[in-house]
Amino acid sequence: MAHSHNTSHGAPAPVGGNLMNAATTVSAVLIAVMLAVLITRFIFGLGAVTNLNDGYPWGIWVVVDVVIGSAFACGGFSVAMLVYIFNKGQYHPIVRPALLASLFGYTLAGVGVIFDLGRWWNFWHIFWPGYANPNSVMFEVAVCISAYIVVMWLEFSPAFLEKWGKHETKKKLNKVLFFLVALGTVLPMMHQSSLGTLLVVMGVQINPLWQTQFLPLIFLLSAIAIGYGVVLFESCIASSAYRRTIETHLLDPMAKIMLGVLACFLIVRFGDLLVRGALVEAFKPTFIALSFWVENLCFVAPFLLVGSATARRNPAKLFLAGVAIMLGGIFLRINGFLIGYDTGPGWTYFPSVPELLVTIGMFAIEILGYIIITRRFPVLPREADHAFSARS
Amino acid sequence: MANTNLLKLEDNDSIVAACKRLEMSKREFLQFCAAMSATLGLPQGAEAAMATAVAAKKRPSVIWLHFQECTGCTESMLRAEHPTLEKLILDVISLDYHETLFAAAGHQAESARKTAMAENKGKYLLVIEGAIPTRDGGIYCKIGGKTAIELTKECAADAAAVIAIGSCASWGGMPSTDPNPTGATGVAAVLGKPVVTIPGCPPNPYNFLSTVVHFLTFGTLPEVDHLGRPKFAYSRLVHENCERRAHFDAGRFAMDFGDDGHRKGYCLYKLGCKGPETYANCPTIMFGDAGGGTWPVGCGHPCIGCTEQGVGFTKPIHMVAKMKNVEPPLQYPRIVEEKGTGATIGSAAVLAAVAGAAAGAGAMVAKNLGLSHQAEEAEKARENQRPGEKAEV
Repeated sequence: MAHSHNTSHGAPAPVGGNLMNAATTVSAVLIAVMLAVLITRFIFGLGAVTNLNDGYPWGIWVVVDVVIGSAFACGGFSVAMLVYIFNKGQYHPIVRPALLASLFGYTLAGVGVIFDLGRWWNFWHIFWPGYANPNSVMFEVAVCISAYIVVMWLEFSPAFLEKWGKHETKKKLNKVLFFLVALGTVLPMMHQSSLGTLLVVMGVQINPLWQTQFLPLIFLLSAIAIGYGVVLFESCIASSAYRRTIETHLLDPMAKIMLGVLACFLIVRFGDLLVRGALVEAFKPTFIALSFWVENLCFVAPFLLVGSATARRNPAKLFLAGVAIMLGGIFLRINGFLIGYDTGPGWTYFPSVPELLVTIGMFAIEILGYIIITRRFPVLPREADHAFSARS
Repeated sequence: MANTNLLKLEDNDSIVAACKRLEMSKREFLQFCAAMSATLGLPQGAEAAMATAVAAKKRPSVIWLHFQECTGCTESMLRAEHPTLEKLILDVISLDYHETLFAAAGHQAESARKTAMAENKGKYLLVIEGAIPTRDGGIYCKIGGKTAIELTKECAADAAAVIAIGSCASWGGMPSTDPNPTGATGVAAVLGKPVVTIPGCPPNPYNFLSTVVHFLTFGTLPEVDHLGRPKFAYSRLVHENCERRAHFDAGRFAMDFGDDGHRKGYCLYKLGCKGPETYANCPTIMFGDAGGGTWPVGCGHPCIGCTEQGVGFTKPIHMVAKMKNVEPPLQYPRIVEEKGTGATIGSAAVLAAVAGAAAGAGAMVAKNLGLSHQAEEAEKARENQRPGEKAEV
């Protein structure tokens, strides 16, 4: 089923071109800096490089690299769900690029968890039956994300198999691919909601604006919406960077679906705030309230940007809508985990420079990896018609 | 030991008489006996036996000798926090010779001792307070023309039991500290046989009283360890029941007098507390019976190990103790828990730079996308205006 659609659209093909350019060089430098910080961290401990403390045991490495990173990596899951579950075959050309971004996002999120583990050499304990605590939310998240990373590499492996000419293996894989695709839809739904449960577990330490029993649903809906937002963002960036045609005919209807999911999200979000009576917190003159409004303006902005059919044909507006929803996702998670988190008087946290450098390095890996793989492996759809250049 | 039911003793005539004598209420007296029996770790029924024995006023004769010491043991017993304790001690025993408490002096005092020894031959208790000097024939401490060695041997010969009270009598204590000019030593070494020792500087009067009452009730002394210390009081390390033990286990140590950890009541191990190598019941019954919270560790000073030969008066007070059980790791966590630093100029600048670069790049991408979209739209509009030219594209 997967490849039957390929024929009707441009089949995936390597973009080609030189790997040495400004973007890859800068990324490589940032990655080198990150590695230097990480070596220090793994030898001298978390205290040597981070501003983490007993009040804030989770900093940006967890919140940005893992929680936000994995939400940004939901493009593959959101699009795959659209294509394979809702049978919208026309979106098939964007499955692979979306999946690639997800693959990177999730793999790095999984690796990023290890950076934050105090006794990192014990990381395998959570998978070991004698050590694991199956009643813990962390266990669910850890096992689910790990399983999903493996599933995604298998889901994406046809791209490598095509490149290396292993067509027999690919044929065999295609027979079980439906199972992997199903798993690839179920697993992210499980752990994206559980990432919200992590906050539920923290109880009254989380500001009422973010502390609710509906957090799992809120996190899941936002992750799906962000998935589509990330696809908009990536498609526009890829077209802009590689001077390719924008698949507006796909992005336009997908943006409409995104708005639908986003509407569900906002109804649940504000319905919950109203029912709990927590919305009064948003009208107090605090930084937290300001951050709450910025977060929600970002989630409302896509309706203003791409609400009309005409606007959805404009790639600039699609791009900005994608950026807005991603920003909303960033704020929702940072607000919940750090800004709206109060563990008692006196405790403060702001990321240190080395912490920031690691997070920047993680994004640099994603960019560098994306460039190398799209230029060398069949991921992006083949450009059939070069008449419409993005530069014209 | 006929009666083993404490409550049945309430209307016993001898108990009523004892309570009147001691100016205690019946309840108070019986509670006291029950508590003492529990302190000794004796089985149920023993408290009734003790109450009966104390009330019976058998009053063993006690000869109390003082040698090289500061009288602290006697002082702490007489000035016990519990107003009835010294009364009870003086009621339970017949103190026939005690240099501090004697009204008599000189030959009168010495003859009192001799009389008591003759009258209670083989039945009296000999209590020795203070170290015994042995150098130069023991000439450094003489009473009534006799050296401490001679007195000890003379009095011990016909005693039912010998109790060495305080660290000095137990092994030499403070006077035996290097260079020990008088050759101060303990009772057991002079007599050449083991005696019951109740070390401490001073020891808790309860430990002495319990030992005596045990003797009074059962005719024997309580079970002792290899150093002659009653096991009911000296079988556990101070460290084991210490009120600051949780801080030790959590790795929270006072590093300096008056530092944050010290003010918060953290473990004093790093300040040289000898609790981990000292056997005594100070944490449970409090040192010197001075009341709750006033034992050394309770008021923020490390235990000096006064009940332990080779520790108290030997090791420097602030020298770190040799752990008898688990040793803590070499690296200690910080005392002051850092509560986090806010934004620094550097981190804020990096974050701002990233946000700025992202915003700039986003704006440029949006602008370019917008321009190309405009151009496409214009192209389409032109094509619509001139449909004939469409084929040329």
